[in-house]
Amino acid sequence: MTRTFLGMPTAPTGVGHLRGAEPFPVAARRALADAQLRRNLGHATATIRAKSAAVIDEVPDWERLRAAGSAIKTDVMARLPELLEQLEQRVTQAGGVVHWAADAHEANAIVVDLVRDTGSDRVIKVKSMATQEIGLNEALEAAGIAPVETDLAELIVQLGDDRPSHILVPAIHRNRAEIRQIFLRAMPGVDPALTDEPADLAAAARRFLRQTFLSTPVAVSGANFAVAETGTLAVVESEGNGRMCLTLPRTLITVMGVEKVVPTWRDLEVFLQLLPRASTGERMNPYTSMWTGVTPGDGPQAFHLVLLDNGRSAVLADEVGRQALHCIRCSACLNVCPVYERTGGHAYGSVYPGPIGAVLSPQLTGVADNASLPYASSLCGACYDACPVKINIPELLVHLRDRAPHPHAESAVMAAAAYAMDRPALFAAAQRATRLSRLAGRRGRGLPPPLSGWTDGRDLSDPPPQTFRDWWANR
Amino acid sequence: MRIALFVTCLADTLFPEAAKATVRLLERLGHEVAFPPGQTCCGQMHVNTGYQAQALPLVRRHTRVFDPYDVIVAPSGSCVGSVRHQHATVARRAGDVRLAARAESVAGRTYELSELLVDVLGVTDVGAYFPHRVTYHPTCHSLRMLRVADRPLRLLREVRGLDLVELPAAEQCCGFGGTFAVKNADTSTAMLADKMRHVLSTGAEVCTAGDSSCLMHIGGGLSRLHSGVRTVHLAEILASTERDDTMGERAELVVRS
Repeated sequence: MTRTFLGMPTAPTGVGHLRGAEPFPVAARRALADAQLRRNLGHATATIRAKSAAVIDEVPDWERLRAAGSAIKTDVMARLPELLEQLEQRVTQAGGVVHWAADAHEANAIVVDLVRDTGSDRVIKVKSMATQEIGLNEALEAAGIAPVETDLAELIVQLGDDRPSHILVPAIHRNRAEIRQIFLRAMPGVDPALTDEPADLAAAARRFLRQTFLSTPVAVSGANFAVAETGTLAVVESEGNGRMCLTLPRTLITVMGVEKVVPTWRDLEVFLQLLPRASTGERMNPYTSMWTGVTPGDGPQAFHLVLLDNGRSAVLADEVGRQALHCIRCSACLNVCPVYERTGGHAYGSVYPGPIGAVLSPQLTGVADNASLPYASSLCGACYDACPVKINIPELLVHLRDRAPHPHAESAVMAAAAYAMDRPALFAAAQRATRLSRLAGRRGRGLPPPLSGWTDGRDLSDPPPQTFRDWWANR
Repeated sequence: MRIALFVTCLADTLFPEAAKATVRLLERLGHEVAFPPGQTCCGQMHVNTGYQAQALPLVRRHTRVFDPYDVIVAPSGSCVGSVRHQHATVARRAGDVRLAARAESVAGRTYELSELLVDVLGVTDVGAYFPHRVTYHPTCHSLRMLRVADRPLRLLREVRGLDLVELPAAEQCCGFGGTFAVKNADTSTAMLADKMRHVLSTGAEVCTAGDSSCLMHIGGGLSRLHSGVRTVHLAEILASTERDDTMGERAELVVRS
C-alpha cells in the first residue's frame, strides 16, 4: 500500500538548480540542433561506456555486489532518522559540529555564516552535487565571498559562466578547443601561448589552483558517504584537488544530502567497489579521502557538517519513489541513456540530468514543477541494467508519470480510448473508423498536431484492408 | 497444444500480417490456435503515459479473457512485458489483491513468440524459407524486460535461404517508446536516425524485430528516406515457406477466406 505523508515539504523555489526554465522537449530541441554538442557527447559517452563495461566484466560477483549495494541502501532508507542521529553523535564526539538544514535557503545561510566567521572572502570547493543543487556559489557571491571550484571540469564550467551537464563530468559538453578558449578568456594569469593539448590545459589549471589552495583558509565539500557508526565522512575523486581542499585549509565545511549516510564502516567495502567501475571505469578510485571530526595538528582544525534535506523527506515518504535516494551519483545511467547521449544534460534543467535526474528532480521539487522530466525517456531500460545499486528507473518514471499533471486534450483521448478498449464491439468499430479516416486523409504524411511529431520525420504505413479480428471472423 | 493468441491492439489494427503469420506458423507446427474475441488492449499505453487508473479495467479485461488458457502467445515483446511487469502492479496499486494474483498467474503463462517457440515448444528450426538478406533489431522490451537474449537469432539462423547480417549498435533503442515518439519527437527522431544509419550500413533488404511498434517506427523512417529497406516482423519470416516466398505478393498469398 502506498501512503503519502501530506505536508512533507519539497525543495523551495527561487533558490538552487533543480528546476529548468522550459520543458524538456523545448530545451532538447535546441540541444539536438547543436552538431558540436552531439559530437562531443557521443564521443565522450561511448568512451566511458566501453571503459566501464570492460572493468565491470572483470568482476565475477558484480551482480552480488549490486544486490548488496541495493540492500544496504534499502536498509538506510528504512531507518534514516536513527542513522542520522548516530552520525551526529559520532561527528560531535570527534570534534565536529553538525548543522541541520531543512532546505537550500537554510543550508546556504549556514555556510555563509560559517565562512563569515572565519573572516575569509574566498572558499575553495571540492566537486559537489549537493552544493550545486542548492546554488551555494550564488549565495556565497551575494555575500561577497568568492567560491573557487577546484575540480578541473567544474572549474571549466565556472570560468565559462556555464552550467554542469553531467554529474561526474560536468564539462562533458565541451571539447579541448573550447576549453582553451574559456581558459584564455577567464583564467587569471593564464599563459597567452596556451595550446589545446590536454597536458597543457591541465598544467594551466594546476598553476592557477595551486596558488588558490595555498592561500585560502576555508574549503567547502560534499560527501559521497558518511559512516554512522564512526562519524567518518568520505569523498572519492580522481584528481587529488579534492584532497588538497580537505587537508590544507583551517576550516572545512561539508554539505551532505541526508541520504548519503551508511550504517557501518564495512558497508564502504561494497560501494568503493561499485562506484569507480560504474562511474569512471576505474578498478579502484584514485583519491579516497576519509576524515572523522578534527585531528589536532593534522588537517582542518574546524569541521562543520551540514545535513541537507531539501525535499529528500518528501521523496522518502513515497515508498516506490524513495529508491531514487539510493543513487550514489556514479552517472552510469547517463552514459548509457540514448536520450541523454543526444540531448546532453542542460536540457533536463536540473543539476541532476539523465535518467536519475528524470526521477530525482521531479520528486525533490514536486512533480508539477518538473512535469516533463518523467517523459524524457523511451523506457528502453538501459539505465536499470547499468545502475550499480539497481534503481529501477523505468518503474520510477512510469510511477511519476502517473502523478504528473496531464494535458486536458490528452486526458480526454486516453479516457475515450480506455472506454472503447473495454468494449470489444466499440473497439472493433473504432478500428474500422481509424481505417476510413486514414483512407480519406493524406496517406501517411502530415497528421495534425500533436501527432505531427510523428509524421515530421516518419511515414505512417497505410492501414491494412482488414483488421486481424475481421480476418479471423471470416476465415 | 492449444495456444491462445494475444494479438495486441497494434497488430490487430495496423499490422495484422504479423498476427496472421503467428497463426499460420503455429498451425503449421501442429498446434491449435484460439483467438479469445473479448481481448482488446493490454493497457500499456495508458500505464506508460501516466494513466494507471484508466488502465485498470483493461488489465481486468485482459486477465479475465486469458485466464482460461494454459499457454498464451503474443507477437510482441513489449506487450508481453506489460503483462508480466505491469499488470499486477496496476492491480495492487488499485488495492485489488485478487486481480493482482490472477494477473500474475496469467503473466506466468504468457510468452513472447520466440520464447514460446524455443522454450515451450522446443523448436528452433520451424521449417521456414526466406531467401533474403536480413538484419535483426533486438527491441528494448524483449531484450531487457523479457531477456529473450539470442532466441530470435537462433530461430533466424535456421531459416533456409536467409542471410543474417549483424546490426551494429543493435542494443540501442530505436527511439519509439510509445507516446515518447510524439511527446519528444525531436529526440525520438535523432535516435531513429542513428538506428537507420546502422540498418543501412548492413546492406540488408529487410530489418526484422519481434515488435510491430518498433518496426512501425523504423519502417516509417526508412520509408521516408525511400531507402528500399523493408521492415518485416519476425513471425512473418518464420511463417514464410517455399510456397509464398515473394515478398511483394505475400499479403495476397496468406489471406485465406
